Order: sequence, then structure tokens, then C-alpha cells
Amino acid sequence: MTNLQPAHHAAGVNNKKWAIGFSTVVGVIFLLNVFVLPNSNTQVQRFFNAWFSLNSLAEIMIWILMALGLNIIVGYAGLLDLGYVAFWALGGYVAGWLMSPFLSQFQVNFFGNARVGFDQGIHFHVFLVLILGGVFTAIWGVIIGGPTLRLKSDYLALVTLGFGEIIPQFMLNGSNIFGLNVTNGAQGIGGLDQPNIFGYVMGTFALPQKFLMVSLMAGAMIFFSIRLRDGRLGRAWLAIREDELAASMMGVPLWRTKFSSYAIGAVGGGIGGVGFAILVGGVYADRFNFVISIIILAMVVLGGMGNVWGVVVGATLLAWVNSVGLVQVGQLINNTFDTKFNFPSYQFLLFGLLLVLMMLFRREGFLPEARMRMVMNEEKLEDLEKVTDDTKIGSH
Amino acid sequence: MARLKTPVILKVSDITVGYGAVTAVKGISFEVREGEIVSLIGSNGAGKSTTLRTISGLMHPKTGSIEFRGEKIDGMPGHEIVAKGICHSPEGRRIFPRMTVDENLDLGAYLRKDSAAVKESRERVLELFPRLRERITQKAGTMSGGEQQMLAVGRALMGEPKLLIMDEPSMGLAPVLVDLIFETIETIRKSGVTILLVEQNALAALRIADYAYVLESGHLKLEGDGSKLANDPAIAKAYLGG
Repeated sequence: MTNLQPAHHAAGVNNKKWAIGFSTVVGVIFLLNVFVLPNSNTQVQRFFNAWFSLNSLAEIMIWILMALGLNIIVGYAGLLDLGYVAFWALGGYVAGWLMSPFLSQFQVNFFGNARVGFDQGIHFHVFLVLILGGVFTAIWGVIIGGPTLRLKSDYLALVTLGFGEIIPQFMLNGSNIFGLNVTNGAQGIGGLDQPNIFGYVMGTFALPQKFLMVSLMAGAMIFFSIRLRDGRLGRAWLAIREDELAASMMGVPLWRTKFSSYAIGAVGGGIGGVGFAILVGGVYADRFNFVISIIILAMVVLGGMGNVWGVVVGATLLAWVNSVGLVQVGQLINNTFDTKFNFPSYQFLLFGLLLVLMMLFRREGFLPEARMRMVMNEEKLEDLEKVTDDTKIGSH
Repeated sequence: MARLKTPVILKVSDITVGYGAVTAVKGISFEVREGEIVSLIGSNGAGKSTTLRTISGLMHPKTGSIEFRGEKIDGMPGHEIVAKGICHSPEGRRIFPRMTVDENLDLGAYLRKDSAAVKESRERVLELFPRLRERITQKAGTMSGGEQQMLAVGRALMGEPKLLIMDEPSMGLAPVLVDLIFETIETIRKSGVTILLVEQNALAALRIADYAYVLESGHLKLEGDGSKLANDPAIAKAYLGG
């Protein structure tokens, strides 16, 4: 047999390699933007700004964070969630409510960093907001998942689809809920506090520092994703994904286990929402639409469902293509061949094409989880069963 | 073999179970005593698997009750019943094909917290099935049918059951392996586990059983000592193919 080494050992070595790679990339980007780029000539600066602007790289980290959250629901436990954007929105509004002058009925400042002259509203410390954002979305995960997870997973997909529409619509129209302005409607909540981390205030131009912060958040999510997968709960999720009935026979509490995946997965969306709100300095309802849910799902599927590093790669690629890749590559093609295609307007055409091609030629994703590769090649599994011959077993 | 005089460990009283409008089990009562091997036999659709699934909490009876060691267990969710000491080696094996043999065994002990004791169980299972030790890091789905059956039984034993439910353990296996599985059932019983067995292979199931119940389209048709039923010409004609 080829697999003589215990599987988890090999995976551990692999994780280490990937973790070093991830940290190196983050470190290099940070140092490049702090020390090298400000002192280099305008041509170099222009190149990096066009192809790898720090803003887009920071957003990629948010996408990684959320894709990993959804991966816990879809990849680990095998539940289909079509409305993940709702958790992003909820997390964003938690940041809007708890670190801006918006809720001016209150005047609370808990280690927050209110701008001078704007000390009405609630101003919590950014760490506290991150925690509360996670808790708040987990509670919503419980509210949505609780009743629906008792049904077949198809129903969960439908309910989440609805939920993903309702929450953003509520945010968009929530400027007058029984006379109370909850979300400030389409205008959104702007002017978020600048995070104050151990005395360092992240102002408008502290983009490298913000990038570092969201990268640390994404790194933490990667760490927890791996720990969860390799732990007892992760094993139970995999068992449910493989065979629900058999899992139940082993004593895996079905409802509770699915439920925990849904609530824990929601936290990724919530924290991502807080991070994104801090990055753009506000939260705006029209950003949260159904397409976002599908893009995050595509990141998980294209990257390799269930495989943490696969999802990281999938999220990075898709997020980059969506933010700058398509525009830049399009310009390059137009300039080279003297054409006038408006590439960004074909975004979803190309996106769909990519999905179709992936499903045709590499269904298991860029970097598939070893188990998934087998799921996607079911007929080969039966061939394998014949590798060993039963007639030789009897005489042990 | 005759019925043991030990205390009743499982008491099924007049249960009715159905799938939607279809009633598969129509008022069945039987009991299993500690240390026994009890067989349920009957043709396809007689309600054997449904009965087992109901005991394991995967389905719930419409009427009637199930008591395990004096405690009512019908209506409990599956994982609580496993925690009480009833483990199920399901029909069609249902191992986790994309997990390794080791991971499959781990899941069998999902509810047990004492890792030293789990290790001991694992050692016992691997002694019972040396073949599994050879395959310990292999993906379970790549093993032969016989090996998968061993894994299914081993996995159920990892829960340290007081009552082991085995649904069609010899299904689809080569004859030489069927003998091996039945030998193993004896060995497991000798280690102190009570066994409730469902089998298509009625003759072998009757020979091994202390006591047996014959089901027919959801009803209990006959009961008696295993060896007596095995030699009953009426049984032979109806269920043993001759």
C-alpha cells in the first residue's frame, strides 16, 4: 500500500509548510508596502497599485476568513448554505452599531476610540467588537439553524437562501422600525472609529497595518479551522457528511453536531463582516447581495471543499480576479490586441465559464481534500474494493 | 441450545413501526436475556431491519414500548441509546469509506471519554480481527467486502456494548468468510456481550442462537430454541429452502 505513514502525520507536515508560506506572503507584502514601495519610483508603485493594491489584498483576507467560515458548514458538515452573506451583513452592522456615533441615543465609551467631537453613540474597543460580532452572528446561526436542521439538508438550503435575502433587505429598509432608526437605510453607517490597538491608532493611511490586522484574523481562522477539523467535533462532522445514519449509530448526536457546525461557521461571516466594516470605515446595505453568497460558495467549491488550504487558495484567486484581476488582465488584452472589450462587464459570464470548466475537468477543486477526491470518483471506489480478495482472508 | 435463565436485558413489547402510511412492524414482542444470542429470522420485508432500527432509536414506534435493562428507551434519540450500551452493526456494513480503518474505529468509541479504556477496546478488536490491524491506515472503502464487515463489527464493539445488534453480518460474503463471521459471533458472546442477530442465512443463525423468533410480514410467527427450530420441518420448508 502507498499509505504506510499515518495520515495525520503527513497532514501535520503539510500544514506547517502551508502556514510558513502564508505567514511569509503576509510578511513580505507588509514590509514591501511599508519600507520598499514608498521609496521606489512611480512606475513600480503604479504597477503594484494596479495589480496588487493593498486594499484589494486586505479584502482578500476578509474573503478567506468568510470562505473558511462557510467551509465549516459546507465542506466539513456537508450542509448547503446559500445565504452566507447574511452573516457578513450582521457582523458589519455590529461594527456599525458598536463603534460609531450612529446610535446617538447612547453615549458609551468602553476603551473605544471615538473621533474628536463625535463622542455620542457607542464606542467599544475593536477586540470587543470582533468578539461581539462573532457572538451575535452565532446567535443568528442558532436562530436559523435550530428549527431547520431537523429537516433534510435541502430545506436548510432554501431557508438560508431566504435568510440571505431577508437580512440585507431589512438592513436596506431599516431606517424606521417603529420609529427607530436601526440601520440608517440605504445610506448605511459611516464614520467608524479608527481602531486603537495597543496604543496604535489605525488612521486612514494605516493601510499596511490594517492589512496586517485582517491577515492575522484570517490566520487565526485558518488555525481554528485546522484544529476543529482534526478534533473530535471535526471527526463527527465528517462522519455525518459521509453517512448520517451510520454516524447516528456510532452515537454522534446528529442535530447537535450539525447545529454546532452552522453556528461556528456563522462566526466566520460575522468576524469577516466586522473586519470589512473597519477596512472600509463603514457598513452599507447595498453591498450585501445574493451574488456574494454564491461567490463565497464558489470559493469553497473551487478551492476544494473541506480542505482549509484549498479554500484559502480558492478565496484568494476568486477575490483577486473579482477585484483587480479581471480589470487588469482585460486592459492588458485590450492594449496588446488593440481590442475594446469591457472585460469587467463580462465578469459573471467568465465566472460561470470557469465554474463549468471546473465541474467538467476538476470537480474536486484546485486543492482537494484527500477524502473528497474519492467522493468525486465514486466508480473508482468500487474498483478498489476488488483489490483485495476475500477468499484469501478465511484462513487467518 | 436452550434459553438462558439470566435476567432480561431487552424487552420489546407489542411495537408497531411504519414508514409513513406503510406499517412494517405490526405488533411484535420479544425479549433478549443477558449473555444470549437471539436471532430474528424471516424473509425479505418481514420487518427484521425495521425492528432493529427501532431498538437503536433510528426510528420510533407508533405504539408499544422497548425496555433496556429495565429502562424505557423507545423515543430516545440514537446517540442516547448508544450511550446506554446498545451498538449496531448495520445492514450493508455502512462503514465510512473515505476514512481510514483507524478513524472508523475511533468513531465507534465516539461517546467514550476514557481514552485508556478506548485503547484497550481497540486492542481487543484488533486481536479479534488481525486483518484490520494490517489495514489500519488504509481507507476503509478500499477494503474487500469481508474486511469491511469485520470493520463494521469491530466499530460497533468499540462502543463497548452490553447488547450488540448485528444486521445481516454475512450478507454478500464468500462462504469461507461466513463461517468466520459466525465463529466471531460466538467469540464475542463469550466475552460477555449479548447479541441480537438478524440473518438471511437462517440455518446458520438458528444453529448459533440460544433462542430465535420467526417474523413474517410484520408479525411474530414462531419462537423457540434455536436448535429446535433449525430441525423443525415446517421451518425448513418455509425459510431454509428445503
